Amino acid sequence: MDEWRRLQPRKAGPYRVVGKPLPKVDAYSTVTGRAIYADDIMLPRMLYGGLLRSPHPHARIVSINTRKARELPGVLAVITGQDLPRKYGILPSSQDETALAVDKVRYVGDPVAAVAAIDPETLEEALRLIEVEYEVLPALMSIEEALEHPEIKIHEEARQGNIHKAVSYEFGDIEAGFAAADYVREDWFYYEGNNHVPIEAHACVARWEPDPHDPVGGKLTLWSSTQTPHYVHREVSKVLGIPPSHLRVIAPHVGGGFGGKSDPFSHEICACELARRTGRPVKITCTREEVFLIHRGRHPVKMWIRTGVKRDGTITAMHFRSFLDGGAYGSYGVATTYYTGALQPVTYALPAYKFEGMRVFTNKPPCGPKRGHGTPQPRFALEVHLDKLACDLGLDPIELRKRNLVQPYSRTINGLRITSCALEECLDQVVARSGWREFHASRSAREAEVARPSSPLRRGMGLAVSTYICGAGKPIYWNDMPHSAVQIRLDRGGGVTVYCGATDIGQGSTSVLAYIVAEELGVEPERIHLETADTTLTPVDLGSYSSRVTFMAGNAAIQAARRLKELLHTVAAERLHVPAERLESGDGSIYYIDDPQVALSFEQAVQLAEARYGALVSAGSYAPPEDIHGDFKGAGVGPSPAYSYSACVALVAVDSETGEVKVEKLWLAHDVGQAINPLLVAGQVEGSAYMGYGEALMEQQIFRKGRHKIPSILDYKIPTTLDTPEIETILVGRPDEEGPFGAKEAGQGPLLPVIPAIANAIYNAVGVRIDEVPITPDKVLRALKAAHSEPGERPLPPPRVTPIVLREAWPARLIRWSPERLSSLGNGHHQLQKQGESTPQEAAPPSSPLLQKGGPA
Amino acid sequence: MLRLPPFRYLAPRTLSEATRLLAEEGPQAMPVAGGTDLLPNMKRRQFTPAALIGLRHLRELKGISGSPETGVRIGAGETLTSISNHPLLRAHYPALALAAGAVSTPQLRNAGTLGGNILLDTRCNYYNQTEFWRHSIGYCMKRDGSICLVAPGSPRCWAISSADTVPALVALQARVRLVSVRGEREMPIQELFRDDGMRPYTREADEILTEIWLPPAPGWRSTYLKLRRRGSFDFPILGVAVALRCEQDGQIGDARIALGAVASHPVEAEEAMARLRGQRPTPALLQEVATLAAKRARPLDNADLTITYRKQLTPVYVRRALDLLIGAEEESETE
Repeated sequence: MDEWRRLQPRKAGPYRVVGKPLPKVDAYSTVTGRAIYADDIMLPRMLYGGLLRSPHPHARIVSINTRKARELPGVLAVITGQDLPRKYGILPSSQDETALAVDKVRYVGDPVAAVAAIDPETLEEALRLIEVEYEVLPALMSIEEALEHPEIKIHEEARQGNIHKAVSYEFGDIEAGFAAADYVREDWFYYEGNNHVPIEAHACVARWEPDPHDPVGGKLTLWSSTQTPHYVHREVSKVLGIPPSHLRVIAPHVGGGFGGKSDPFSHEICACELARRTGRPVKITCTREEVFLIHRGRHPVKMWIRTGVKRDGTITAMHFRSFLDGGAYGSYGVATTYYTGALQPVTYALPAYKFEGMRVFTNKPPCGPKRGHGTPQPRFALEVHLDKLACDLGLDPIELRKRNLVQPYSRTINGLRITSCALEECLDQVVARSGWREFHASRSAREAEVARPSSPLRRGMGLAVSTYICGAGKPIYWNDMPHSAVQIRLDRGGGVTVYCGATDIGQGSTSVLAYIVAEELGVEPERIHLETADTTLTPVDLGSYSSRVTFMAGNAAIQAARRLKELLHTVAAERLHVPAERLESGDGSIYYIDDPQVALSFEQAVQLAEARYGALVSAGSYAPPEDIHGDFKGAGVGPSPAYSYSACVALVAVDSETGEVKVEKLWLAHDVGQAINPLLVAGQVEGSAYMGYGEALMEQQIFRKGRHKIPSILDYKIPTTLDTPEIETILVGRPDEEGPFGAKEAGQGPLLPVIPAIANAIYNAVGVRIDEVPITPDKVLRALKAAHSEPGERPLPPPRVTPIVLREAWPARLIRWSPERLSSLGNGHHQLQKQGESTPQEAAPPSSPLLQKGGPA
Repeated sequence: MLRLPPFRYLAPRTLSEATRLLAEEGPQAMPVAGGTDLLPNMKRRQFTPAALIGLRHLRELKGISGSPETGVRIGAGETLTSISNHPLLRAHYPALALAAGAVSTPQLRNAGTLGGNILLDTRCNYYNQTEFWRHSIGYCMKRDGSICLVAPGSPRCWAISSADTVPALVALQARVRLVSVRGEREMPIQELFRDDGMRPYTREADEILTEIWLPPAPGWRSTYLKLRRRGSFDFPILGVAVALRCEQDGQIGDARIALGAVASHPVEAEEAMARLRGQRPTPALLQEVATLAAKRARPLDNADLTITYRKQLTPVYVRRALDLLIGAEEESETE
């Protein structure tokens, strides 16, 4: 048992900070415009940088002439692909990007040259003066085109045509599973993909501080609107050939990311190189159009799903295929491909599961991770497919799901360890709160009413459930080090400074660190000073992706705080002449639990401890447990130290004459374990619901003649406040044994069920299925006209997802695996001595050997 | 961030100073009121005027006065917010108040003016793009190029008249006044428009739109319906303005139906209007009229959603606008 856990197994008395709806620590500065974002940073002698981007979706670069640009007064540097030839990419397995195109451009927007100039006007003029001669190549703009034309290779390195990655898995006996089924159904679905549309566009400032005495020549600092300073640090260091020790990456206030700021970007690397060449700071701020072009958004995915069920709805086998349109580069795409198949068995207990996934390159902006990373698309397909199955079998969609829900503390067929799981409670809650049963019971009465054509509105209710990870179980590059670390320093005036690499992109991770340390040390959160997201100043945190920060940085923070608390309690016990284990910290003091009048102030305790031990600094760290996944190649995507669960009911009103869909209300139940701050959790749930709603009905990532058709936030539709449905957030679940204070994620999971719930509600309202996201009014109207045509009318056929026909065998070797193989590994549930009736007040995490990897103090 | 091209800003204090400056600066100058349409277009280089003549301080362009009996004068510089909130307009010229309130967002309605909305540049999703985008796909004839990218075989530009207030003002039979150093002229608002996406206005470069006159309102009801994706922000992909005058006996005395965002100019559905006059409204008649009106809608693939959809929705919106007005009429009769 780890010593720090043993020392403070639980908190005496109710939480003082955790579970309270406190404002974010940076709320005031954010809403009053005082917060400093990357583009706010102005340094003396700063230059303005910008990128010349390809106007062609696919072309060979014949020549680049930068002479006129270089000769323009006020231009200090112009660089091209030759100057930064080193390849990079977020995943070690997909090193296919260069900061500026070398030989070839692969999408409209691919950077070709970069300029640093004294002002934005000169910059603009210089970019215009760069002459690039292109030999235009045929562009592949869809999954089908990419597969049909293997001879037009977007990446020479791709082993087979334009296939970036293909995987194939069989878990359990799929043939036997289908053979045991009473009924089998298959469907095709398409999810068009979309952009993150963070309100803050990407921006960065790079500063080079030359030092002739340093063999490297100087040190580089990069401030960037990024979710992953640590990974940017690695890649910039690699491309520029600057040792990591000489590079510092800082994420200032970030105005939203949603996954779109998780890659190392060309503009970051170019700003650094331009700063190094000119010896002056360089800022590059992207336009909104550039945000759409650098993208890394939700992959368009075409999906085929085949499920066998018993008459009662019990699933006997599922076969899932996904085809991802990756755009021009790899980005996170390998992980995304796996994610389209990984989490289905974490929601439903599948006895046999086959998954085949394939990602292709196309001449479009590269796709990457967006909130829910690779799982909203299959979630949409799966939950609509199950709704259809329920209809076919005449089963209640809730009953069908309940027959198949995963059980807490189990292993999935693909080897993933499931711990706490309140999925059934989520389902029960949304059903009860939405009046689901009453709504469906009164259906015939409503239909009689609409027989009088008073109103074209038809109402419907739909439902879906989902799962998400609380942090990726594996880092992006293979290593055994902690995923997150926290240092805390106490000063003799009672000040507390928390250092952590965690990057607050608006989700509130900095606030969560403050609450956790405040709770542990018994001080108010306002006392705590936070230094975050700075690769020099703060210990590592891998980044704000995969919903990992509260879980991982939170656990690291608890560990660091408890180590200090131990010192404080030791000196306080001596001074107060009471046993240390009968002391607790709270309200700015350390007090005797049995007689709270016997107490020392926090400051007194700090001074005593500093006198005894010297400077008071501690560290804590966290790495996920090892034995939470199978032992096959590719098992590293999907495992997580815990899973969140969500359920959603959508109430929609469809205008049967116009096809317009109004989502009147969303009920969203989310199993967050223990909410560290229920207000922030509700914010994440509402934000997810909002985003899911926009993806379901509006956002169109569409292309015209090889170009993004509508790269502006006027024409690219995200919902306004007037469109956003009423959202009822229901937090359920019990504290998770391994989460900090029992917390699980909230940032991504709640988005997942929203999209299929809306799709199912539309079907419930008007009886037509749109198996393609977004469900725009023209598609609904077309389906309605096809379904209800009058004699003599010749309506267009209803919208239908065109299947992908593969001429050859699936281009990946099949990997067969079964959980029996895990017997040698144990079931991964070390802490199954569950607390019987744990209330939030006494829900401190029990001992967990899984946390033993925490680093030394 | 996209940046504005360099320009001089001139801020006249009176209308005569403004017209003089506009004449002196010549066609390289443009007047600017709220700037909510012009400035974004300048950032994307649809316009690169050497000088902007600010109309913000001109008292002559302010004020809403008159009565429903005599007619109403609206200064072209009144903001869309003040139009949409004005009690007299809301009560007696609801099509205009509704249309003004349907423009863009609250922030932009606070800055944008009625005159600016009337003279909104025609829109097209090949044209309302950044310099980079237009360069990438090849420029169109409306700016920097020679062909129409929506209809490459066509000799003309098909950019869309996208101002919400325009069909409303057409249906209300408004008149407008233009002033220049050469004098002033007043005309029915329809005469301000041309079926030409490139040169959609008959306003001369040295003229300033100063006033809008609404005729007396007694007996008229009006409304405006807007098709767009979202509850805010979006330009119309269809605007339907209908004004009806019903006789004592329940017959329709006069009817005006104007469609926005279906062509390069506001379109009056004359055949449909004629079919309504002197008739008693029945559901069948309204459906027939709606279908007739929709024949005037010829959408092209240069705005949001599909052509088919925009075409299919036109009769639905016309009929709904008629239903609203007839329904209101019947309600008031039963009172």
